[in-house]
Amino acid sequence: MMKSEKQYIEFYQEASSIIKERSCPVMNAVRDAAFRQFESSGFPTRKVERYRYTDVDTVFAPNYGISLTPITITPSPFIFHLKDAPINVSPYYNRVANTKDSITALNTMLSHDALLIYVPPYTKVESPIAIDNWLRGKEDTMMNRRFLIILDKGAEATIIISDRMAPPSQAIDHHLSEASPLLEKSEKRKYLTTQVIEVCCHDNAHLDLYEIEETTSLCSRFSNVYIKVGRDSSVRHNSITLFNGLTRNLCDVYLTDTNSQVTLNGCAIGSANQHIDNNTLIHHQAPCCQSNQLYKYVVDDQSVGAFAGKILVEKGAQQTTSQETNANLCASSEARVYTQPMLEIYADDVKCAHGSTVGVMDESALFYMRQRGIPEAEARTLLKNAFMGQVINSIQYEPLRQKLYVKVEKRFRGELDKCEDCRLCK
Amino acid sequence: MLEIRNLHAQVGDKEILKGIDLTINDGEIHALMGTNGAGKSTLSNVIVGNPNYEVTKGSIIFNGQDLLSMNTEERAHAGIFMSFQAPIEIPGVSMTNFMRAAVNARREAQGKEPLKSTDFLKMMREKRKLVEIDQKLMNRSVNEGFSGGERKRNEIFQMAMLNPTFCILDETDSGLDVDALRIVAEGFNKLRTPGTSALVITHYQRLLDYIRPHFVHVLIDGKIVKTGGPDLAQKIENNGFDWIKEGLMNA
Repeated sequence: MMKSEKQYIEFYQEASSIIKERSCPVMNAVRDAAFRQFESSGFPTRKVERYRYTDVDTVFAPNYGISLTPITITPSPFIFHLKDAPINVSPYYNRVANTKDSITALNTMLSHDALLIYVPPYTKVESPIAIDNWLRGKEDTMMNRRFLIILDKGAEATIIISDRMAPPSQAIDHHLSEASPLLEKSEKRKYLTTQVIEVCCHDNAHLDLYEIEETTSLCSRFSNVYIKVGRDSSVRHNSITLFNGLTRNLCDVYLTDTNSQVTLNGCAIGSANQHIDNNTLIHHQAPCCQSNQLYKYVVDDQSVGAFAGKILVEKGAQQTTSQETNANLCASSEARVYTQPMLEIYADDVKCAHGSTVGVMDESALFYMRQRGIPEAEARTLLKNAFMGQVINSIQYEPLRQKLYVKVEKRFRGELDKCEDCRLCK
Repeated sequence: MLEIRNLHAQVGDKEILKGIDLTINDGEIHALMGTNGAGKSTLSNVIVGNPNYEVTKGSIIFNGQDLLSMNTEERAHAGIFMSFQAPIEIPGVSMTNFMRAAVNARREAQGKEPLKSTDFLKMMREKRKLVEIDQKLMNRSVNEGFSGGERKRNEIFQMAMLNPTFCILDETDSGLDVDALRIVAEGFNKLRTPGTSALVITHYQRLLDYIRPHFVHVLIDGKIVKTGGPDLAQKIENNGFDWIKEGLMNA
């Protein structure tokens, strides 16, 4: 075992009673077991298949100071603290999540508060449910966020979860944020986040889930999403990394009953020394289901992009249709991409395809644009933007799609932090 | 306008241009003919500044400026335009956005404000009519799914939008049917002002029936070996290049 686990084990031994006090029975019921799991397995090394591309130990080694601040929620008929759940959540909490994964185990033992999104049967939530994870504070901080999303039979919802830097009151006005000592400090602080999102989609339920990260180069994020899908249902999960430090996203999907669909889309943009690692596993456990994955990366400077995705078609999951695509654009000679699409099939009547590409900037297109007078930097931006267009186009929720067109372009121009129509930013 | 002196250029280690001398004055149209592989496209690529071509010797002066010290986009801003032999597809970049970026980059280089959206679209509409190009092509990605003829028309459309003073037509006639050739050539003639100069690269007399050159040059093995009037093109059309080559050997 490496040294970096030690502080978390010791912290738990000292603080478990405080955590339990601030938490609720359903979370406490699985806490000690998760701790034992973490204690015995420790952090994964790079020899562990699913962690080949991210060095966990180095990220978790520093002492960040673990946050035990409760979650603030904006009143909504669908969002609850787990302790205030309107239904019995013990059949759901930590049932899809897999504590054999050390990050999930660590999150399960340390998170004291969890957020529940519950959509009752046959309810269609018209406007999207937005969750903002504001990263702020005067000191380096480690946060362990936990979400449980339940869509009951026939329910429909769009959920947007964003990781962002500025607190809302100050983000509105540039002058304030410029002057704010709190924000100034937040930008320079290191944040380490673990996040576990469990999704349970009952029969005939439809979920469109977005995770958008727009943080700083000092932020590290480990997000594990577990999705269980019932019969005749559909889930779309969109993972968008606009700006980050080190990010590792895991997404495990279980298609447990017939005639369901899952779509995983990913957009990852890296520059400087950023690191983005997406890891997916789709379990086709029932017949007649469909899965689609499209992950696109643009990596520049010395950034690193990694994608490993597996489609696992279990025995009996006949008539499965599955497609997995990972396309990468290496915009500099020092940027690196690792890609590993995988298929494992135990049924004999399936249609599955997987593929990945890694390419560089199209020199002839660059020359063509420059001959028309478009400066090289602008031409590169246009090409990167065009490459990412496919993923952004597939976003279903229109206002968000429009917003992301703008954001992605700003990101490629290095102007993501500049606000609209602001004189100070020009 | 354009003065090329003792120009040598290579691709990789292979020398293609072996001492080109060419002067093109304001308002003149020069046709460049020659055998395959003689260096016609190399010359046009060197003039516009394609980074794949390396100039080893010589100079190009454009309106008093040292062209070889300028990058590709600066040359474009100075007024040089090339109609590509094989226009490039750029998936995901719409014609409209592409043209907007090009037009505004040129304006910025001239110290002008970017065009207002409405003015820009109006300009697109007007110029489109000149080359009879369909609006629906403007919503597509650059050259994606364009037929051969549409691509060439699109090149002339871009020329109309950018208003260059020196144009290179690199085998603009290749792959065009007679009607498309007429539309493209007439479009070019409508756009040309008395001061506009052009270098027209072609294998055939037909294009020169529409775009009348003042001079015709013959490029063989990296050198201009013969220069004449429009009748030289007709003679090549009838007799090929062999008589010129023979003349060179006997000299």
